Amino acid sequence: MARAVSTRRKIGFTVAAWVVALLIFFPILYTIITSFKSETEAIAGFSLVPSGTLESYAEVQAQSNYFKFFLNSVVIAVGSTILALLIAIPAAWSMAFSPTKRTKDILMWMLSTKMMPAVAVLVPIYLIFRDANLLDTRIGLTVMLMLINLPIVVWMLYTYFREIPGEILEAARMDGATLWGEIVHVLTPMAVPGIASTMLLNIILAWNEAFWTIRLTTTNAAPLTAFIASFSSPQGLFWAKLSAASTLAIAPILIMGWFSQRQLVRGLTFGAVK
Amino acid sequence: MGNITLKKVSKSFGATTIIPEIDLQIEDGEFVVFVGPSGCGKSTLLRLIAGLEDTSGGSISIDGRDVTGEAPAKRRLAMVFQSYALYPHMTVYKNIAFPLKMAGEDAAVIDKKVKDAARVLNLTNYLERRPGQLSGGQRQRVAIGRAIVRQPSAFLFDEPLSNLDAALRGTMRLEISELHHQLKTTMIYVTHDQVEAMTMADKIVVLNAGNIEQVGSPMELYKTPKNLFVAGFIGSPKMNLINGTAAAKHGATTIGVRPEHLGISTTSGEWKATVGVAEHLGSDTFLHVQAGDVGTLTVRADGELGVRHGETVYLTPSPNKIHRFGADGRAM
Ligand SMILES: Nc1ncnc2c1ncn2[C@@H]1O[C@H](COP(=O)(O)OP(=O)(O)O)[C@@H](O)[C@H]1O
Ligand SMILES: [Mg+2]
Repeated sequence: MARAVSTRRKIGFTVAAWVVALLIFFPILYTIITSFKSETEAIAGFSLVPSGTLESYAEVQAQSNYFKFFLNSVVIAVGSTILALLIAIPAAWSMAFSPTKRTKDILMWMLSTKMMPAVAVLVPIYLIFRDANLLDTRIGLTVMLMLINLPIVVWMLYTYFREIPGEILEAARMDGATLWGEIVHVLTPMAVPGIASTMLLNIILAWNEAFWTIRLTTTNAAPLTAFIASFSSPQGLFWAKLSAASTLAIAPILIMGWFSQRQLVRGLTFGAVK
Repeated sequence: MGNITLKKVSKSFGATTIIPEIDLQIEDGEFVVFVGPSGCGKSTLLRLIAGLEDTSGGSISIDGRDVTGEAPAKRRLAMVFQSYALYPHMTVYKNIAFPLKMAGEDAAVIDKKVKDAARVLNLTNYLERRPGQLSGGQRQRVAIGRAIVRQPSAFLFDEPLSNLDAALRGTMRLEISELHHQLKTTMIYVTHDQVEAMTMADKIVVLNAGNIEQVGSPMELYKTPKNLFVAGFIGSPKMNLINGTAAAKHGATTIGVRPEHLGISTTSGEWKATVGVAEHLGSDTFLHVQAGDVGTLTVRADGELGVRHGETVYLTPSPNKIHRFGADGRAM
């Protein structure tokens, strides 16, 4: 009896999970499907079976240089992530291992900056960028995205570092490890998974960031978000072309996400992993 | 060698004083147990000795050498933590080898020592596993293995058995005692469990709110507790502490009688009592009785004793086993 109920339950959960997953994934799936349609097919109405034409891709490539945008995306996403880690690792480290009375407040304050709508600071930041000659530069955008994501990076790392039990570090000290030995043999191996997850997640966040990347760039430093945007406006809507551009833009990050699934799941469920 | 001397050692965290001032002498080869209720400062005291905390005052010396300001690694002490604190990313072999590696021993020596330790601790078949793939008892043994390979001058244990189930706790208690007999190295063992203290220690240090209440062998503490705290803390079931006229009759503010020192009879005796709950352990029966003015008492009686709930019994304390305490709580 009990077994029957639990099996039914399991099936129920499985079905529900698939439905939710499909619902969430459907827009992406439909974008990919549409990218393989011709423009006439694309506006013709709902259909899950594309003709398989590659004409949209060809047109997209002809119209703009995908590779340049792609390169900008890589430089900006990876660069801002490395920069953020360089700043956040020592910060999170000291907050996790030698917290003061104010540590919690500082963490909250950092997170609170994420609660402010970005539009609120668009004008001042735009002006600063203009006056500093940072508009449409990779450097400017890299720094901007680093700043945008820094609170989240610090929070994630802090949560990870907090999970490293202090007793293990003390054990290493008792076992005769020097500070350097402690860092090399104990701290780093235990911190690396957390840092890796944070890095992956931050690359994704930076890759997909569309507010600042679109507004602070025009051509030279424009990443893939701007590439998509450039297909969404001018001469009416070309669904197939837009879809092809979107697919091209998200493909690299999807592939990276796919190959680093395990790290990412760890990263997204941090705190729950022992 | 492993003489450890504490002189006027004190510890405060900010404005909170955890250990006011402690003097203590630990002899080479002794098995010393720090026992006391949770939060009384046992771990703090152990960590002061280990060097994981800085003293706020006083001095600590090991084998006559002042180590008060020395780093933990220099003190040649090994510690087994309550959480085991194994390195999760290393195999059992590497965990045990770690202190040797840090000491710069060469690979052949390390290999031999690790394998010897593994043999002693029944870990030979688990050397390639990670701590996550071991049971609690095995992890505990790895932690001990990591401590013994270095041949420290003393071992420090902080409640090493509290994460194990009762049966395993019993076994590990024996194993640690056995290890002490083999190695004859000083061991300082922290626990809140007076049974562990009584069964394992050469010398028990009873702590209460950062103060030493009494130092002595298990039997000394059992026979002549210096004060009410020690009287109530050492011994299981707890000593019966009686106030009022029954105590005044013996010229004391409080008298203490251990459950095993109360004679029980169904016909006559000093105190008349009504039987409450009886706990049958087979070998013994613990009777909880209500003895009028005298209060609630626990009696350790024969396992075969057949008294029922609500029956009347008479209790008589063994005359030379009555502990007398003055108004200040000290033994008279
Ligand atoms: N790092 C610390 N900062 C502040 N208070 C502490 C610290 N470590 C321990 N304490 C306090 O010291 C007291 C004794 O702690 P501890 O030595 O761990 O007790 P025990 O091991 O006997 O249970 C507790 O009240 C605890 O809250
Ligand atoms: Mg403790």
